[in-house]
Amino acid sequence: MSRIDVGYFPGCSGLGTSMEYERSTRAVCRELGIGLREIPDWNCCGSTPAHSTDSALSAALASRVFAQGEKAGIGDMITPCPSCLKNLRVALEHMEDPLFSARVDALTERPLQMRHSIRSVLQILIEDVGPERIKARVRRSLKGLKVVPYYGCLMTRPEKIMRFDDPENPVALDRLLEALGAEVLAFPLKTDCCGGSFAIPARKVTPRLAGRILDMAGEVGADAVVVACPLCQMNLDLRQGQIRAGGVDRVLPVPYFTQLAAYAFGLPEQEAAFKKLVQDIQPAFACMSRRAADIEAEERKTAAAEAEKARLAAERAAKAAEKAAEKAGAKDAAPDGAGKKSAAAKKPREKADADGGEA
Amino acid sequence: MRIGVFICHCGSNIAGTVDCAGVAQRAAAYPDVVYSTDIMYACAEPGQDAVIAAVKEHGLTGVVVASCTPRMHEPTFRKAVERAGINRYMFEMANIREHVSWIGKDVEANTNKAAELVRMAAAKLRLNRELKPKSFPVTKRVLVIGGGVAGIQAALDAADAGLEVVMVEKQPTIGGKMAKLDKTFPTVDCSSCILGPRMVDVAQHPNITLYAYSELEEVSGYVGNFDVKIRKKATYVNWDKCTGCGLCTEKCPSKKSYDRFNEGVGPTTAILIPFPQAIPKKASIERDYCRLFNQGKCGVCAKVCPTGAIDYAMQDEIVEVKVGGIVAATGYDLVDWTVYGEYGAGRYPDVVTSLQYERMLSASGPTGGHIKRPSDGKEPKDVVFIQCVASRDPSIGRPYCSGFCCMYTAKQAILTKDHIPDSQSYVFYMDIRSPGKGYDEFTRRVQEEYGARYVRGRVSMIYPKGGKLVVRGADTLMGGQVEVEADLVVLAVGGEAAAGSPALAEKLRISYDGYGFFMEGHPKLKPVETNTAGVFLAGACQGLKDIPSSVAQGSAAAAKAIGLLSRNMLDSDPQIAFVSVNRCVGCRKCIEVCPFKAIREIDMRGQPKAEVIETVCQGCGLCNATCPQGAIQLSHFTDNQILAEVEALCRF
Amino acid sequence: MSVLEGKELRIVGFLCNWCSYGGADTAGVGRFTQPTDLRIIRVPCSGRINPLFVMKALIGGADGVLVSGCHPRDCHYAEGNYYARRRLEVLKGLLPVLGINPSRFEYTWVSASEGQRWQHVVETFTARIHALGPAQAFAGTTGPANHNRADAMVS
Repeated sequence: MSRIDVGYFPGCSGLGTSMEYERSTRAVCRELGIGLREIPDWNCCGSTPAHSTDSALSAALASRVFAQGEKAGIGDMITPCPSCLKNLRVALEHMEDPLFSARVDALTERPLQMRHSIRSVLQILIEDVGPERIKARVRRSLKGLKVVPYYGCLMTRPEKIMRFDDPENPVALDRLLEALGAEVLAFPLKTDCCGGSFAIPARKVTPRLAGRILDMAGEVGADAVVVACPLCQMNLDLRQGQIRAGGVDRVLPVPYFTQLAAYAFGLPEQEAAFKKLVQDIQPAFACMSRRAADIEAEERKTAAAEAEKARLAAERAAKAAEKAAEKAGAKDAAPDGAGKKSAAAKKPREKADADGGEA
Repeated sequence: MRIGVFICHCGSNIAGTVDCAGVAQRAAAYPDVVYSTDIMYACAEPGQDAVIAAVKEHGLTGVVVASCTPRMHEPTFRKAVERAGINRYMFEMANIREHVSWIGKDVEANTNKAAELVRMAAAKLRLNRELKPKSFPVTKRVLVIGGGVAGIQAALDAADAGLEVVMVEKQPTIGGKMAKLDKTFPTVDCSSCILGPRMVDVAQHPNITLYAYSELEEVSGYVGNFDVKIRKKATYVNWDKCTGCGLCTEKCPSKKSYDRFNEGVGPTTAILIPFPQAIPKKASIERDYCRLFNQGKCGVCAKVCPTGAIDYAMQDEIVEVKVGGIVAATGYDLVDWTVYGEYGAGRYPDVVTSLQYERMLSASGPTGGHIKRPSDGKEPKDVVFIQCVASRDPSIGRPYCSGFCCMYTAKQAILTKDHIPDSQSYVFYMDIRSPGKGYDEFTRRVQEEYGARYVRGRVSMIYPKGGKLVVRGADTLMGGQVEVEADLVVLAVGGEAAAGSPALAEKLRISYDGYGFFMEGHPKLKPVETNTAGVFLAGACQGLKDIPSSVAQGSAAAAKAIGLLSRNMLDSDPQIAFVSVNRCVGCRKCIEVCPFKAIREIDMRGQPKAEVIETVCQGCGLCNATCPQGAIQLSHFTDNQILAEVEALCRF
Repeated sequence: MSVLEGKELRIVGFLCNWCSYGGADTAGVGRFTQPTDLRIIRVPCSGRINPLFVMKALIGGADGVLVSGCHPRDCHYAEGNYYARRRLEVLKGLLPVLGINPSRFEYTWVSASEGQRWQHVVETFTARIHALGPAQAFAGTTGPANHNRADAMVS
């Protein structure tokens, strides 16, 4: 497996509210041969309070992160947090403008020398590692687990800044979860708002918006809502009490995709860190095991039935060939062609039978 | 030369910011000027008479009028000087209105500038030569490109006036978009009932030759004498033998072809007659879906055809015709709305376009006039209409208003109530644009009588929930978010120039705008002409418009073509290039640059020389600027004439 | 050329009849106020313009020359503006060789409907020429002799 080395910006949530994301990300990357080189002495990405006050000050914070990367010779970096990602990308984009860049450089006094890129952990897993290699690493398939992927508002938007996947209907997380063996359900609210930081200025908004997402996830029959953003995770997981008070009664675990990947790779609980979740994921796993057993039984049955059918068909074909050969022998015609033809003629019906059996 | 100068006041339009008498006074001192005066309205009858009188009285041989833009009144004054007995090209105009009086208020600067423009015009006029047009015969036949309602109207009007008409239609049937509509606004009368008879008229008119399933291949020649090549695409059915019985379409085993006419609402067969009233009512094979072409065996249609019309070996055929005028009526296409992720980008079957909805409403459509959800065939109760889909949206490069969506949405809401009395329609709109006879009343009726709920705001998202579609949008009048659970969502998709419009424009040598719509000669005064003589426009190809406007333009374009071809001979524009053979060295550079192939090489006593084909030259002057010898000159815009204008401005 | 001393400079415009001349008309109809320095010469196509016209104007004492034609792909004669673009681009490179500041010359595209764009073009070009100030006469170019020389270059 080829190794990938890349700079790593954990973001502030990773040290607090999303420790499980941080821990599982490091574990999963290690398993997939991604070497993470943490940016030395990194600082805030310039998120919400900063960029709503002054875009140059916010970009200066981001610029220092990149400058710290340069110190360690790092040009390309990744981050698990979509909000950090957006801020760092926006800063890079704005700094393409020499006037803006000059303002930022005046603040940091450290003009950037290298070319920088910043992507999400999800993006590097999909683009550089790929679902095939992830699938190959799975030791404990998530077969039987019904999940909905929830990307949040920032992972693919604003489209012109993020340049990743479809802005309205992204599929990267779907592909990744499928590779882990899970059953990914169609989820129309993939990029809906979870309430974001409205929990602070307008407390009632967040439970209502998060509730809508949980409600839809329950409606389509999901065992879990899989997320990629610390704030989304908090709003959906931590606030289920408030959401219930608002009338939406759905108890669903909200794991990070990296946690599920860690589980599927067979890593120990301290790396998957499921215990950090508020809503217990174990009932979902129990559901998964039951369903997996059912699916396997069903698969065995279909396989047996198919084998039986194939055997019968082969018998019939052999008989037909014999008959044809007899006839052909009488008429001095070539027997092969006739035999093939009759076998071919039967095929469509066999297929129809098999389809019926599966259904 | 004896030059007369006339400075027009244009009421106060010019005189308000230019001292006209002062300009006239200064002009009197310019070389060769023998008479100079100011005049209230030069273009009005007394003004023209004054010019004519002055010509006679002072024996003028050239006239300068300083007034508005020559793009407006040059033809007027040319005729006037001709009436006074001077050649029409012994006339120059100075544009002191659009280029002077209307763009600044400084009287001193304006007066000075006006006087200089007159000096330039007079300096050029001194080098003008009398030019005489040549006459050539015209072909009294008109080509109509496109068989939609605008093209049909143009063809019938021209044919009724006695002209021969050749109609070329890209699809296997004429009728265009209107044939797909169920009803029309604001009268809610049946579309095919009013269009059908006109389509039949086209088929039966002795003066009209129809080439359906054909496209324009090439155009050469010039006004009055265009040579046109038409590509008749292979239909794989010999239309001389086909009776339109439809037996082949019943027996065709390939039943999952895309139904172009029905906008894909239901599947159809590979060999088909688009719809029962199709003109011509002939079958054609869609090659992409035909089993014979794709799997190598089938041939059912050939077996069942009672007249033996099926011809799998048919090839495209090129037909050549000569025409005197051309009417382009190529219509529009719906914008590809699947660029909108928020509307599902085509993922949800119960989100349909307005044109698909028309086919559902139509009794002759695939659902037999019953509104059914594509997903489960159930009758919808709550129907949401979203207006301005791909209209007025700069983010996808469609900033213009399509103009007809407000009205057809109102109509569709009415029809929904008629078809399903216990249904409820919701219309998300930006603004209701209904300027037209009876239009605004119509949009009120749908709200007041039919109870359609109009919500002013955009839709941000459509998502499925429990067999329904949740439409989430803003209500900007109430100032809040709204969510409507709909059974069916109809997108009022806007229009864009028909696919291939720019390529056709380039074949016709007409201009088109940034969206591919063809440019009219003048936005106000030449709405159906183009800047290429003999080519006219009708319908939505010039800009989106509804049926009444398209029909009116069809008639207008026909009238222009009739007027043009009512004459037996046409005059060629004498402002063309001419070669001075003494200077020409036969280098062929002019032949290479000429966009119209209007220059050919001739042999003059063993020397190669260039010669201009007078009827083909369009007078662009490219050759003039290219010629290293100055041997080829553009009449009326010769090097010396332009330099005389430059010189009039030089200070050294 | 009798410009208003101290107020105006001499700017010559060569405009295509089908687009930019109409654009200037549109600007007039819309009453889009413009500086009065510009004098417009109407030509049938920007491809008709011999670069020597521009040089003749500049040598003859124009302080600036502006050429405006149809947008690329939008030529009334299909391809005249492409020829114009190539010729005028070469001319730009040649002007310094002749001792003429190339900033005194510009070419642009304005369509018949772009009245506002025309106003913008005239305003910015006029401001540019005013910033450069009046052009200096070439030694020995006063008097009619120069005209003859320029004529000789053209024809």
